[in-house]
Amino acid sequence: MAASLAPTRWADLDRLLLRPGNLVGPGFEPGPELLESLQNDLRVLVIGAGGLGCELLKDLALSGFGHIDVIDMDTIDVSNLNRQFLFRMQDVGKPKAEVAAERVMQRVKGVTVVPHFCRIEEKDVSFYQDFHIIVLGLDSLEARSYINSVVCGFLEYEEDGSPDQSTIKPLVDGGTEGFKGHARVIFPGITPCFHCSLWLFPPQITFPLCTLAETPRSPAHCIEYAHLIQWGQDRQGESFDADNPEHMKWIYDQAVKRGEQFNISGITYSLTQGVVKNIVPAIASTNAIVAATCALETLKIATMCSTGMEVYMQYTGTEGIYMRTVPHDKDPNCIMCSPGVPVEVDTTCTLQKFIDQLLKDSRFKLKLSKPSVSYHGDNLYMQAPPVLEEMTRPNLELSLLTLMDGKTSGVLNINDRRLTGVLRVRVTFKEGLDSVDMDTAGGG
Amino acid sequence: MAQRNNKYDRQLRIWGEHGQTALETARVCVLNCGPTGSEALKNLVLGGIGSFTIVDASKVSAADLGNNYLVDWESLGQSKAKSVCALLQELNESVGAKFVEESPEALLESNPAFFAQFTLVIATQMTEAPLLKLEEICRQQKVMLVIARSYGLAGLVRISVTEHDIIESKPDNKVEDLRLHKPWPELQSYVDEFDIDTQDHNIHKHIPFAILLIKIAEDWKKSHDGKLPANVRLFKEAITARRRVEEDEDNYNEALKSAYIVLFPPSISSQLRAVLEDKASDVDASSSDFWIMVSALKQFMANEGQGEPPLDGAIPDMHSFTDYYIKLQKIYQARAEADVTAVEGHVARILKQIGRESSPIPRSTIKLFCKNARNLRVLRCKMLSDEFSSRSGPELQRLLAVEESSHPALYVLLRAVDHFAATYNRFPGVFDGEMEEDVSRLKSLAVGLLNDMGGGGASLPEDVVSEICRFGAGEIHCVASIVGGIASQECIKLLTRQFTPIQGTFIYNAMSATSLVLNV
Ligand SMILES: [Zn+2]
Repeated sequence: MAASLAPTRWADLDRLLLRPGNLVGPGFEPGPELLESLQNDLRVLVIGAGGLGCELLKDLALSGFGHIDVIDMDTIDVSNLNRQFLFRMQDVGKPKAEVAAERVMQRVKGVTVVPHFCRIEEKDVSFYQDFHIIVLGLDSLEARSYINSVVCGFLEYEEDGSPDQSTIKPLVDGGTEGFKGHARVIFPGITPCFHCSLWLFPPQITFPLCTLAETPRSPAHCIEYAHLIQWGQDRQGESFDADNPEHMKWIYDQAVKRGEQFNISGITYSLTQGVVKNIVPAIASTNAIVAATCALETLKIATMCSTGMEVYMQYTGTEGIYMRTVPHDKDPNCIMCSPGVPVEVDTTCTLQKFIDQLLKDSRFKLKLSKPSVSYHGDNLYMQAPPVLEEMTRPNLELSLLTLMDGKTSGVLNINDRRLTGVLRVRVTFKEGLDSVDMDTAGGG
Repeated sequence: MAQRNNKYDRQLRIWGEHGQTALETARVCVLNCGPTGSEALKNLVLGGIGSFTIVDASKVSAADLGNNYLVDWESLGQSKAKSVCALLQELNESVGAKFVEESPEALLESNPAFFAQFTLVIATQMTEAPLLKLEEICRQQKVMLVIARSYGLAGLVRISVTEHDIIESKPDNKVEDLRLHKPWPELQSYVDEFDIDTQDHNIHKHIPFAILLIKIAEDWKKSHDGKLPANVRLFKEAITARRRVEEDEDNYNEALKSAYIVLFPPSISSQLRAVLEDKASDVDASSSDFWIMVSALKQFMANEGQGEPPLDGAIPDMHSFTDYYIKLQKIYQARAEADVTAVEGHVARILKQIGRESSPIPRSTIKLFCKNARNLRVLRCKMLSDEFSSRSGPELQRLLAVEESSHPALYVLLRAVDHFAATYNRFPGVFDGEMEEDVSRLKSLAVGLLNDMGGGGASLPEDVVSEICRFGAGEIHCVASIVGGIASQECIKLLTRQFTPIQGTFIYNAMSATSLVLNV
């Protein structure tokens, strides 16, 4: 009994990791091996070392994770200090990832945090393959979509259409705005990916240019006029930098002048910054709540020590406090995570015609430029390198049905330099599609 | 000053300069500085409260190094309050930092007057008996109290204040108060200047939608015995009939989108109704400024307002020429100013009646009050002693049967663990060898508790009871960060008097990442 009383460092966490439970994840096996694997084997990547990132690093380190990497391209700004608690006034200007990693290692003995001071796109896709779980603390939709396409690119499907378990890379994502936030867990191929539920993110508000130019009515209209129109006219050749105080002051002065001209008041320097930089209000408490929710789910994925949350947690703190999970469904035809986007192809279609058809398909707009096609690991057509292109070129004139062993349907993998991962296309052959196409083409 | 504003920029955009000033003058006391207390305080220190005092008698142990970020290895064996205090101070030099190396329970007995110096007390990881004592002291000394508890994968947050008045509740869905259903004379005469059937297409598509809606409603009434359209569909048809499709008119799109507000103007919300009907609005010399303004608001609504609270004066953007819009905006602003002046008059008369002419309420305060009149809130919290002795068993019994989630069960069990501790001098599940016995002991205590509350016969889910024992009162860092985070968020709402705090007992279930507010 004395042994169980001795205060060890991980005594609190061990309650969950050493004891059997009734409300736990599938295959939970309590024992000291769990903590050992957290400390020694599991590798977690945190993307973003900002408001959520700082909290995530602390939370993961104090959840027993021993090897954490963090990637962020930003440097520390004074306005980060009201919530990004790993940074001090004297750190302003230094890379966030490096300072954050150093601080956490200093405080939480035994943890290794490896910083990467760069853009997420600068890393090879194989870099992301090395981690067991990726946790996102980001504020941009583009970055989230990028990482989503990377992990969906790792996903492979079995012959029967079920995802190959060994290729599923879990993503945990958090986001905040003021008193609100969300956390969610994505198992590509099993739960909805980002692309399946893009509707969760409201569209950004933009002002019509004619309003800005002809009928401004609000302070924001005057600011955006100075920013989007006047800068280009008056300061030709200079690129606008929102972090340059002189540039910001110029925008502010021009906006005030325009306001005077149109009788619009209420233009302040703070509002100018807010509009131009599209500043999202942020506070420490919401970041702490959302990040800890993400870190706890990461711990559950790694150890199965408790039941996981359902897909998407919504947090609202303005009127009372609500934390609720919202189940929603995968898009069965998602171009990122589905076993294959359905495409109907005429039985007589050649590989060349099929490629042309893909390029015309609105679902793949801006996603394809020079697609390469493979089937069950065989390269049907490769755009590069030249040797392979030459070798596979004769296939272009062959019928796709023949190339796919005469089967009535099957999945093709499409690669393209515009894609981050692979695009899976589920081809179904139909007779007489070509003539229908010709008819509509003629009629239009 | 510039650096301060830059540092707090992202939060100033939420609660403004006056909210920040309220934080900077707050004196906060935290009882126990485990991870829950430390994390709650961390968020408040970053946000820039005036000062904090930590009360904790314990020393930094190995276990603290595994779940609390605000202690370091160098402090092993030393005062935890001291260590946390020093590391918090590093986060924000402008915050005053103090600690008292004493147990909260002992301090409650030895020096209850100690608490009078604070604006707000956060009590973390404390059990029922000392909390009752603390609440009594806080209520007496008019100190706000926030209770936070992390327990394995469960948590609880509870506020105890006698009364909390909120002018700036800032609800998520703000209603547009445009008075399109009954334009006042100045607005009406501006509307009369427009010919909405003008053949100048450019003018036609630049008339603000508010003008269109007033005009079209007016025309409808003329041909329908002075009545408004019976439903929104009919009104929308009338609007559509006036638009010129080929012109792609944004102002008409906006008019269609907002058509319903003519037929369904904002009503008096139930919360505002409750404020107006509150006994405290019968004011006397001891009344607060808030209630004097509420009393003035009632008089305004009965007279000048004709049943409506003051106009807030804000209008949404409307597709239109600049000068049309700016003129309209000025008409709304002028009306709002006139309403403030009317309310100010009522305030002055009331102050005179109660003999308080010497300390008037500034116009800026009355203006803020009027601007937010539709969203006033008053929060009164039940005493813990009432909650603990209430006959809420039948309600809990109902919830236990209805709620698929385990929140009601967690509520009962979080109270039962304190009864367990009072009986056995330890929490359930702290010894590996006694797990099974503890599960049945805890269960019978919880059932007994429900019985005492009048909820005999209710059953608790076995799974949840055994999980609570499995947790063995462990404080998991992530759970503490969430519970502490929520506690700090509620402190900010209370201190800034903005947004609406939790009204009831907030139960957090970390197993499912969900919460429920119980009113028992
Ligand atoms: Zn998807």
